[in-house]
Amino acid sequence: MSTVTMNPVVPEGVSLPIYMDNHATSPMDPRVLEAMIPYFSGKFGNAASRNHSFGWEAEQAVEQAREQIARLIGANAKEIIFTSGATESNNLAIKGIAEMYRERGNHIITQVTEHKAVLDTCKRLEKYGYRVTYLPVKADGLIDLDDLRRAIDDKTILVTIMSANNEIGVVQPVAEIGKICHEKGVIFHTDAVQAVGKIPVDVQAMQIDVLSLTAHKIYGPKGVGALYVRRRNPRVQIASQIDGGGHERGMRSGTLNVPGIVGMGKACEIAMQEMATEAERLRAMRDHLRARMEAELDYVEVNGSWEHRLPGNLNMSFIYVEGESLLMGINDVAVSSGSACTSATLEPSYVLKALGLGDDVAHSSIRFGLGRFNTMAECDYVADKVIGIVKKLRELSPLYEMVKEGIDLSKIEWAAH
Amino acid sequence: MAYSDKVVDHYNNPRNVGTLDKSSEEVGTGLVGAPECGDVMRLQIRVNPETQVIEEAKFKTFGCGSAIASSSLATEWVKGKTIAEAMEIKNTDIVKELALPPVKIHCSVLAEDAIRAAIGDWKKKNGVAETVAVAAN
Repeated sequence: MSTVTMNPVVPEGVSLPIYMDNHATSPMDPRVLEAMIPYFSGKFGNAASRNHSFGWEAEQAVEQAREQIARLIGANAKEIIFTSGATESNNLAIKGIAEMYRERGNHIITQVTEHKAVLDTCKRLEKYGYRVTYLPVKADGLIDLDDLRRAIDDKTILVTIMSANNEIGVVQPVAEIGKICHEKGVIFHTDAVQAVGKIPVDVQAMQIDVLSLTAHKIYGPKGVGALYVRRRNPRVQIASQIDGGGHERGMRSGTLNVPGIVGMGKACEIAMQEMATEAERLRAMRDHLRARMEAELDYVEVNGSWEHRLPGNLNMSFIYVEGESLLMGINDVAVSSGSACTSATLEPSYVLKALGLGDDVAHSSIRFGLGRFNTMAECDYVADKVIGIVKKLRELSPLYEMVKEGIDLSKIEWAAH
Repeated sequence: MAYSDKVVDHYNNPRNVGTLDKSSEEVGTGLVGAPECGDVMRLQIRVNPETQVIEEAKFKTFGCGSAIASSSLATEWVKGKTIAEAMEIKNTDIVKELALPPVKIHCSVLAEDAIRAAIGDWKKKNGVAETVAVAAN
């Protein structure tokens, strides 16, 4: 295969390809790997084995990880349930609460930019007779708290609203949502996969009852996640969705993934120590990336609230350039696009559409997800590369030419196909 | 997605990018697709009024790499052909040449539409359809 001709100079210390898609997954921190290794071979015991040292050793490691995870979110270790990841955590939380509280009511409230693990779970519950309200978001991606207050009725059993969005990084007003839910006596679950370890999350201060998290977004291993389930004020009960040996206080059976859990614990411990300085560094890199691109390109827009946003997230539309063609030009940089052409469904991002963006703007969007191992030099390279390709593709874009000539594209009768 | 070498080549070195004077009698312009769908192609041809040979072709495309490649290839293929010959170009020929995967077939359809739209515009400007009708009489 031939390569793209427009290649900026690769700065010293930068090696290609550059990974800048940390909302999808993150590379494992070497310190995490180091902590995990003994639990693959020598310390291989089953944490549920109560009658020999192999089991005790494994159980001890699991309990330490439970402590490390609980500490990061202001919980008690007894309130942490291990799962296979956040998709399972979300399914367990929503289905388990729906089943357990069926006699109290059948109404669930969520919002439109949730991850599919929440939306599709809610859709399934609708088939079983539950009523689901999907709150809209404002143009900045945030829900309106008055909408939430109005949506709660005497049949409402659960509110599930994400802490931070995986595409646009927008951070919802979690503490305010928790307060409203507790005033009304409704359980509050939050999918905090993108938020935990990136911004402060405290289940007490924010009055969160149930919270989903995963290890691989915070430089831990894939295939392990957790669910925080509040034990007092109020005590939340969850009907198990996987039955068996009664592990994890009966809420989730199955032999524990001990090495994964050890890794998740270590990842949380590191996040707790380094989150504040890391956030500052990520924010500086992200702001620099944005400033460089805005200085050299016209018709660029940031999608979603800038103020209420994860430090490592930049979601931008390069209008009049189609996202997949842009990705093709920056093939030594791993980012993702809201363009339909990059999705399995051939539909542009439902998150961006929920902000009220036109399909054409959604097609032009790129998500930059900065993480622990990115550097300022990488940001400069990425900015150079994106600027070069956007300029080239705009020379090719009939839309850009028409807009430059003063033609109003909305007045043209396009033949949709 | 993996792209074929030919798609990458057209993406990196698009042929015949540009704009012809759309007010000229000799120029036919086809603008197809829609921004909401993620692709818009504009293909222009300049036709010799004597011979009906397409002497020049230009394009600009907003779309994915396969859409850019399809329209770039279309300009290469129509150049030097007569209007009648250019009408024979099928989207399946483009699919074959660029080895487009099934999800990208619509890009080739759009390129065929663009050729036909440009020719249609030129015919309309030059009253070609009527001339043919008169000749038939």
